[in-house]
Amino acid sequence: MSTKALSLPYSYSRTNRIFSIFLRETRYEFVRAMRTKAFSLSVIGFPVMFYLLFGIMNRGQTVHGQMVAKYLVASYAAFGVVGSALFGIGVGLAGERSSGWLELKRASPMPPLAYLVAKCVSAVAFGLIIASILCLIGTTAAGVHLSALEYLGICGISVIGGVPFACMGLLLAMLLPANSAPGIVNLIYLPMSYCSGLWMPISLLPKWIQHAAPWLPTYHLSQLMLRVIGYAQPADAMRHVVALLGFAMLFLGAAWIAFARSEADA
Amino acid sequence: MNTVLETDDMIAEKERFQAKPAAASLHEVTKRYSNGVVALDRVSLELQTGEIVALLGPNGAGKSTAVKLMMGLTSPTGGEVRVFRGDPRLAGNRMRTGVMLQVGRAPEMLRVREHIDIMRGYYPRPLSLAEVVRIAGLEGIEKRMFGQLSGGQKQRVLFALALAGDPDLIFLDEPTVGLDIEARRKLWAEIRSLRSRGKTVLLTTHYLEEADALADRIIVLSKGRVICAGTPAEVRAAANAKSDSGNQHDSRSALPNIKLLSFQTSLLREQIMNLAGVQKVEASDSSVTVTTSAPESTLRELLALDTELRGLDVRSPALEDAFLALTNKE
Repeated sequence: MSTKALSLPYSYSRTNRIFSIFLRETRYEFVRAMRTKAFSLSVIGFPVMFYLLFGIMNRGQTVHGQMVAKYLVASYAAFGVVGSALFGIGVGLAGERSSGWLELKRASPMPPLAYLVAKCVSAVAFGLIIASILCLIGTTAAGVHLSALEYLGICGISVIGGVPFACMGLLLAMLLPANSAPGIVNLIYLPMSYCSGLWMPISLLPKWIQHAAPWLPTYHLSQLMLRVIGYAQPADAMRHVVALLGFAMLFLGAAWIAFARSEADA
Repeated sequence: MNTVLETDDMIAEKERFQAKPAAASLHEVTKRYSNGVVALDRVSLELQTGEIVALLGPNGAGKSTAVKLMMGLTSPTGGEVRVFRGDPRLAGNRMRTGVMLQVGRAPEMLRVREHIDIMRGYYPRPLSLAEVVRIAGLEGIEKRMFGQLSGGQKQRVLFALALAGDPDLIFLDEPTVGLDIEARRKLWAEIRSLRSRGKTVLLTTHYLEEADALADRIIVLSKGRVICAGTPAEVRAAANAKSDSGNQHDSRSALPNIKLLSFQTSLLREQIMNLAGVQKVEASDSSVTVTTSAPESTLRELLALDTELRGLDVRSPALEDAFLALTNKE
């Protein structure tokens, strides 16, 4: 016999319940990630720390007519959202998979999409926090001028950019054993970010890296981010959007194959 | 030749499959993995409403595969898996099942009550938080982070998660691992009360004492096949009938009442072997242990033969021995 309280927190209407499942799952995923200081402090801390070092240090400097401090606000915002997706989902899901927790969730009536959406939204939330902190520091300490529209644009690209890298995190979680996940993710994340011009203006990188950059998803994200502040390389914006979409589908497809294969083996 | 022991129970089970819908069932299920391993080979079993079933078997027998199929985590290569007449692979069909699995690490930075709230939210008519806390014995630690709990407390939280949605079918995988005696007894009491409320429980355990204490029925798997199924007493009897070399007992006859008699005697082994009902005689330095299917007759003759017999002890064979006998002979 289940005892019922007067105010039922769980409604019987199916759509209501599904909606509240998605909401609850997302909320607790974010809360949990925030409370895990090892994760939250490093995911938020690294981009912010890099900006404090390289952004403020280069206050007033320009490269090819672009303010370095302003460029870095955008590029580190991209760096931040990619990191929160790769570590939150790539490492987090890999850990939950290997510990058997994912199996427990899958054996429950939880809609699988709720779990994935929760992780994705949480990663985007972290991206928005990072972007906001960077904009704050940039405008107050690094002499950067950002209009409200530019700030919203950076936030918007952070949201969009979270999705393909969430898919990449999903693929990594399917492929990597939990122990080596953090190390391997770093080995992919850091060089990829560097070569896409996220750490310093891409025009400062060697020519051959600049030529190879379009093969990296982070390059396309950073270009969209830079476009918001008018610092992007001349190219059609759609090209970057299509590239990100393509990467997202590639990662998702590969993740699906990896998942199906892991189910077929004992 | 594979010798599958068909007790009354298994035959009746097949007949029942056609007649009454069970809580969960595997029907002629085969599971072959891509590396060629056949985890289950045309296995049929049924869980009736309101019973506690223990699934036993050595490692690699196919227990976890069978349970995973019923949980909807994997698909059978052949045959049919049904849970409440539905396919457990669909999330909607799992709203009447609860699961307790051995988990290496659960999210540590969520509080106990948050874990329970999340799980409760998946179900249409969950138990109240207070009720879940009471049943799992989590009073006082609701606000604690999962990562701060002791091993036993973590185990109880996992039990709470299995019950939170007030499910009608509960899978418990090694539920009392790491619990002290008191916590184990309490959990057993809660599992029994689940049955009294009409729930069905499928239990996998390595503690044969646990299977003996809790299970209405035991299903023994070995190498992907059901080698024995029945009540604990039937399984013991079937194992003894099997170990009786040469004799193929018709187990549909009256259940043999197997007992172990231990005593100290001056009688010789050959004399004891010839007594009524004696199946096996084991002699050690201090005492003799006799396995008999007719304990009263054996005792009568024994006491008549040796009037100075001392230290008599009569006990039932352990499920442990029955289990080993069954799985070793395969």
